[in-house]
Amino acid sequence: MNLLVLLILVPVVALLLSVFITAEKVKNVILLGAVAELILCFELLREFMLERAAGNNAPYLFEIVYPWFKTWNINFHAGVDGISVSMLLLTSLVTVAAILVSWKVDEKPREFFMMLMLLTAGAIGFFISMDLIMAFFFLELAVVPKFLLIAHWGSGRKVYSATKLALMLMAGSSLILVGTLLLYVQSNGSFDITVLQSLHLDSETQRLIFPLMFLGFGVFTALFPFHTWVPDGHSSAPTAGSMFLAGISMKLGGYGCIRFAAILLPEGTQYYSSAIILLSTIAIVYGAFATLMQKDIKYINAYSSVSHCGFVLLGIGMLNQTALTGAVLQMISHGLMTALFFGAIGMIYSRAHTRDVRELGGLLKIMPFIGSIYIIVGLCSLGLPGLSGFVSEMTIFMGAWQVPGTFHKVATILACASIVVTAVYILQAVAKVMLGPVKNSHFLTLTDATWYERSASWLLMLAIIIMGILPMWLAQMISHETAPMAIKFLTLNS
Amino acid sequence: MNISDWLPLRFEIALAVFILLQLVIKIFDLIRNNEAWLRLNIAITFLIVLLGFTGADSGSLFGGMFFSSSFIIIEKTILAFATLLILMQSYNWLKQHPHTPEFFILLLTALLGMFLMLSANNILLFYLGLEMATIPVAALANFDLDKQRSSEAGMKMILSSAFSSGMLLFGISIFYGITGTLTIFVWQDLLRPGGLEVLALIFIMAGFGFKISLVPFHLWTADVYEGSPVSITAFLSVVSKGAVSFALARFLFSGVIMMQEVWIEILFLLSIVTMTVGNLFAIRQTNIKRFLAFSTVAQAGYILLGLAGDPVNAPTSVVYFILVYVFSNLAALGVVEAVSFATGKEDLDDYKGFYNSNKKLAIVLMLALFSLAGIPPTAGFFGKLFLFTSGIHSASLVWLLFASLNLVISLYYYMRLVRMMFSEKNEQPFAPIQSPVLSRIALIACSIGILFTGIFGGLYDFLHQLAK
Repeated sequence: MNLLVLLILVPVVALLLSVFITAEKVKNVILLGAVAELILCFELLREFMLERAAGNNAPYLFEIVYPWFKTWNINFHAGVDGISVSMLLLTSLVTVAAILVSWKVDEKPREFFMMLMLLTAGAIGFFISMDLIMAFFFLELAVVPKFLLIAHWGSGRKVYSATKLALMLMAGSSLILVGTLLLYVQSNGSFDITVLQSLHLDSETQRLIFPLMFLGFGVFTALFPFHTWVPDGHSSAPTAGSMFLAGISMKLGGYGCIRFAAILLPEGTQYYSSAIILLSTIAIVYGAFATLMQKDIKYINAYSSVSHCGFVLLGIGMLNQTALTGAVLQMISHGLMTALFFGAIGMIYSRAHTRDVRELGGLLKIMPFIGSIYIIVGLCSLGLPGLSGFVSEMTIFMGAWQVPGTFHKVATILACASIVVTAVYILQAVAKVMLGPVKNSHFLTLTDATWYERSASWLLMLAIIIMGILPMWLAQMISHETAPMAIKFLTLNS
Repeated sequence: MNISDWLPLRFEIALAVFILLQLVIKIFDLIRNNEAWLRLNIAITFLIVLLGFTGADSGSLFGGMFFSSSFIIIEKTILAFATLLILMQSYNWLKQHPHTPEFFILLLTALLGMFLMLSANNILLFYLGLEMATIPVAALANFDLDKQRSSEAGMKMILSSAFSSGMLLFGISIFYGITGTLTIFVWQDLLRPGGLEVLALIFIMAGFGFKISLVPFHLWTADVYEGSPVSITAFLSVVSKGAVSFALARFLFSGVIMMQEVWIEILFLLSIVTMTVGNLFAIRQTNIKRFLAFSTVAQAGYILLGLAGDPVNAPTSVVYFILVYVFSNLAALGVVEAVSFATGKEDLDDYKGFYNSNKKLAIVLMLALFSLAGIPPTAGFFGKLFLFTSGIHSASLVWLLFASLNLVISLYYYMRLVRMMFSEKNEQPFAPIQSPVLSRIALIACSIGILFTGIFGGLYDFLHQLAK
């Protein structure tokens, strides 16, 4: 059976089973499903790399098409390339980690774990989609789980955050829908990206449709000024929710920007590239400075996500192979890193019951494992070589610097400079939370990580370290795909 | 003249015979027991639904006044099926009502009127059907005899119907004056955009607007839906609206198709206003029936978007949407009926924590709300999607943007109710509600419809084939 179809079936089967078994057993089934999914993704990676090594250079592998609505030419068309495979790996890793971290959730556990699985199903389906309506279907699938996870299991201003998040993401989706319909008309009746890619739409049309698609997906990836759902949304969400939202949902936007906006509408992308670079640079710099002001460790990570996802969009805006590769690498690196960061924050919060840096302190002595994780992830965030953050950010900067022109150089310099600010807020957070005196004597009684928290942390930590030390296979897999994209952008003006 | 000539008329003949039979039974008091009446009528309605599967006979009768095609038969079957579901859901309420037989007679007459309206090629038969569909429902709206709101609903219904029928007739008479014929199919050759035609079209659209609750002709909707018994709210919002939508599609594409540039503009304005006003007002509602009333007003705006398609896809997408809408709205109203009968409570705040007290009913209501909001994988997503894909044929970018942004607004109030049911605590939670078997079957049927109608793609393609 086609591996991609299996990837979709596993979450569906897990969900169906969850309806019928007892509430205490549900998390076991869901974990089993997530681990199965992870194994399948590794298998997919292995087979993909074998295919590529054997010389199969088709743009999409493991393609499968099932007609769905013949009248509208909507098909269940799935296929993967290097970028999709890496995103699928990311998704399955973060899912397993998120489920493990939430092992002790006891408020409506059945519904909680089912929501997580539904989110996974949506993300996986989205990454294998080659038909725009199929992609939209899976994108929308995640709306209800996101809303309920935050509104019910969250903390703080959960209803406000959940509503803001759901409405803004839905607004982005509606822009995507309109853009999709316009592309359908232009292609005389097709939603398939292979057909749409070979269309040569005139500049006027591309300049009209591109903003719709890009802004639509941009909302998901915290494009300034539509990033306002991120801080409240991520901070009010339960730990697994934040891990998923920041780790995967924001990447749906970046992936969509590349796959469904940039590739399909190259002239439009080029026309708006300056605007993209401007907005992403603002996001990077503003996000970094806003993080400096935060006192809640979750908000620190949330604003820092805005800043880091700005790098993704910057890479896309620069339109050359290195920068695009860097953008994808940043998606993966940031996904892993921020998931682990939220995981660590969740562990701290569930023990200390406060997220305020002014009340925390000296936790490294009390919880060495969690503390170490927190510090290492922080270092990854500021781009320490040896961890994944360095690989991706370095690639983006190199690619961005290659683009001639003052505007691009200035943007690159500003983005680089923001690393200094990142370093400040990370080290500040680490110092205040992990080092220094213990501010509350009650904290002395807190326990370190449990088995499930350790497993989740090790899983993500290993991924970050491997990506930091041995990124070659990954970078090669991705740049194989971004090379033709870059050529398309280069040959536009000829 | 042999029996096969009358087969296209089989629905109407069967209904008319059963209605008259029931009238006779009631007059001579042959059946006294409400449950017997209930079972009889559910069986009759089930039979009518089955008639829809007995082969497609197209043909016209009465000198072309009445015509039937497989597409029309599907439409009638959907309406009959919706009526069946409504009867099943209202089992408890009907069992204890003092005037159950009259209820059935009036309801089936309304259904008969709708069937005639859908098959009408002659504008007067159309009008006859429309009136026959509306007047009994106005009486039915009054059926909660001990409530003042119900009488108010009946009164508002009959007054607004009368007014809208007047406007409709005025438009029709102008068209008759221009064309000299009452046959709708002939109109399409004779009516072209022109001053007088546009005037008449506006009046006719106003008449239709009342019936489908388009803004600004929707003002009766909330009060009538709130005051009527839940079964009639269901009938009005699903069957009545569905029938008139089908009729509107037929009218626009068979009668006045040559005036398309004009009516696309009218639909555009009506659609935008309807969606936006419907959604914005739904946010403020505190009574669940009013809430659902405004949500259905907004849904009508999307139906108009679907009508901006080509002559094959527009009616197909509307029929598909109405089928999906039957499942979604009847699931929602079925739960409201169960709650209303058991506790008498109809406020949105009473539904807080519903998930904790009555999990299965809450899940059905949540599924219905997801479907109404258009969230995958429910059928509502596909219903709305195909209205969009049909509408891009002629709709402007502004129209599409309005429609898709309205999805955001509607998501807000649907999710708010879902969250209230799931998360919040209720100081006076409901006791577990027991429903009779038939009601439960109806709710299960609706839930299955919501979950599976969308995913299985063959249905839309099947309808599309029929519409050609």
